[in-house]
Amino acid sequence: MSDTNVSYVRKEMLAEAAPPVSEIGPVRWVRENLFSSPLNAILTIISLYVIYWVVGHVAPWTIGGIWGASSLTECREIRDATVGSDHGIACWSVLSHRWHQLLFGYYPSHLYWRPVLALLLFLAGLVPVLYPDTSRKLLIVSAIAPFACFWLLWGGSVWLPVSTALGFVVGYFAFGLATRLISPLAGILAAIILPLLYWYFIAGDLYAALADTVPLGIEFVQSRDFGGFMLSVVIGLSAIVLSLPLGILLALARQSDLFIIKTFAVVFIEVIRGVPLIVWLFTAQLLLNYFLPPGTNFDLTLRVIIMVTLFSAAYIAEVVRGGLAALPKGQYEGADSLGLNYWQSMRLIILPQALKISIPGIVNTFIGLFKDTTLVVFIGLFDPLGIASAVRATTEWNGIYWELFIFIGVMFFIACFSMGRYSLQLEKKLQREHR
Amino acid sequence: MSELATDREIDRSNMQISDEIAIEITGMNKWYGTFHVLRDINLTVNRGERIVVCGPSGSGKSTLIRCINRLEEHQQGQIIVDGTELSSDLKNIDKIRSEVGMCFQHFNLFPHLTILENCTLAPIWVRKTPKKEAEEIAMHFLEKVKIPEQADKSPGQLSGGQQQRVAIARSLCMKPRIMLFDEPTSALDPEMIKEVLDTMIELAEDGMTMICVTHEMGFARQVANRVIFMDQGQIVEQNEPEAFFNNPQSERTQLFLSQILGH
Repeated sequence: MSDTNVSYVRKEMLAEAAPPVSEIGPVRWVRENLFSSPLNAILTIISLYVIYWVVGHVAPWTIGGIWGASSLTECREIRDATVGSDHGIACWSVLSHRWHQLLFGYYPSHLYWRPVLALLLFLAGLVPVLYPDTSRKLLIVSAIAPFACFWLLWGGSVWLPVSTALGFVVGYFAFGLATRLISPLAGILAAIILPLLYWYFIAGDLYAALADTVPLGIEFVQSRDFGGFMLSVVIGLSAIVLSLPLGILLALARQSDLFIIKTFAVVFIEVIRGVPLIVWLFTAQLLLNYFLPPGTNFDLTLRVIIMVTLFSAAYIAEVVRGGLAALPKGQYEGADSLGLNYWQSMRLIILPQALKISIPGIVNTFIGLFKDTTLVVFIGLFDPLGIASAVRATTEWNGIYWELFIFIGVMFFIACFSMGRYSLQLEKKLQREHR
Repeated sequence: MSELATDREIDRSNMQISDEIAIEITGMNKWYGTFHVLRDINLTVNRGERIVVCGPSGSGKSTLIRCINRLEEHQQGQIIVDGTELSSDLKNIDKIRSEVGMCFQHFNLFPHLTILENCTLAPIWVRKTPKKEAEEIAMHFLEKVKIPEQADKSPGQLSGGQQQRVAIARSLCMKPRIMLFDEPTSALDPEMIKEVLDTMIELAEDGMTMICVTHEMGFARQVANRVIFMDQGQIVEQNEPEAFFNNPQSERTQLFLSQILGH
């Protein structure tokens, strides 16, 4: 037996105490993140100095910038009169002077309300898709919005979008009928082939007939008048909206047991991915017309939208395929064992989970796609960069570049950053819901 | 001796085996590539039978029951389930799958849906049951497996035993005429095995036709009316549990039983 007494009884319980000041709040954050070791402290101080130096040089240039002048020469005169010619300051006047071109290109200025309304309509159509909590009935807005936006942007007869939209209605009913009467595969084929036949042979005449009997329309705007951010947004958003469903279908096709469908998907994805986007854009500009019915003058912007859509669909397909592959096989078997058919198990079980996994990749592709819309400058469309060149070619603004490109950069950043934020928020929301 | 699956007396009043044939497998063969995984399987299951399939791992017992609802395709022979022959006709396959319930080793619940939604999904989409009615059916079966209070939770929040009972309830919501169990207790902790076995015993007491791949010999002894021993892709021996355990005929069966029961 030892002499140590191990017995101990607590007489009174301790009250809860607050942690030391250095262990909570901003003090702790600063200590842990900025001054956790001597090296870290030195780096922090150096970084602070660098930030101070950069901001000290950039801020006066930015904040002191001149608005309201009507040419670069005038800007320089104002600068010389105020801060002196040895100080550089920004000449933001180019933005206030030419904002309408940067935003709308050469779109007729009395019709600016149309693209704005189209954008609002598009966003309204997006709400029920992005936020599934809203009423399902709003989805009808989402279905109509693309056609209404198209009509608002280009104008012309109202019957063109209507006769085009009818193709999708044809596809929908063809799918339903053929699936019920023959087989699901026949349903898919019918849903693809019948609308194509409709558009190729019937839509044109139907449109002409309708336009003749009931002429109803708004002022037509040509594609070459589109430009600036409006063009980027039109191409970017259309391609995003169209490429997601197409990409999902391609990903499913690539996983299919049916040899032909699988081979088609593989070849399509590999060919599209294997060739640079700029080559596809030149193809759209030069070659696509050869494949269309003679006499049709298919709009260049639409051709570009189709190419960009196909291009990003190939990437989306691969991202979604990653999500599909990440699902345990048991999920497929669980769905199968309950007697769900292929489309039901995909829609209800597999895709909700696979898409959730793929969100970061999908949004990444969309961000890349949106920025790639600037490539259309090479086929002669006036995207923001094209407009910037055009602005700099005028006598008033010859010689200005920083201000324009900073503006363009900031606009793209805002758009891409918002997409990234939305995806993070969506991921967190789904994380909470599906544990 | 193996432990018993339950201490209570099993109510055998509803456990009647009828002459009606539920599943008929004749001359069935299956290969994985060139590997002959199932060899000349002949098996007739009458309605109301409770069959336990056992055997060493890799003997093809899981593959056998997965062939019955076409999760695996057989290459030769015939499988007739409830009078419908399994062929590559998708409509037949979906029909048979909706009549045959299946429980998996890893439950395979859908993690993005709640427990209740897991149970109502197939009735709503396959049987076209109205949502309200499907929810009533689901709650009925969740009560039967004794976890109605978990209905609004996600599968990930439940214990393994609870998840497996949800999986059983999910299958039952389709009102299947046959239930297949693919090692339902193999992924569970010992204390959870019992709650799942209890659920399965109650199902047997209701007269369900069951085929269970399991290593629970106590369950086989107390509940099964027939035990099938498989090895190397073939049915080596089958008999009533009493005779199977006390007087195995084949050497392989004897060896297997001595290993698993630890005589």
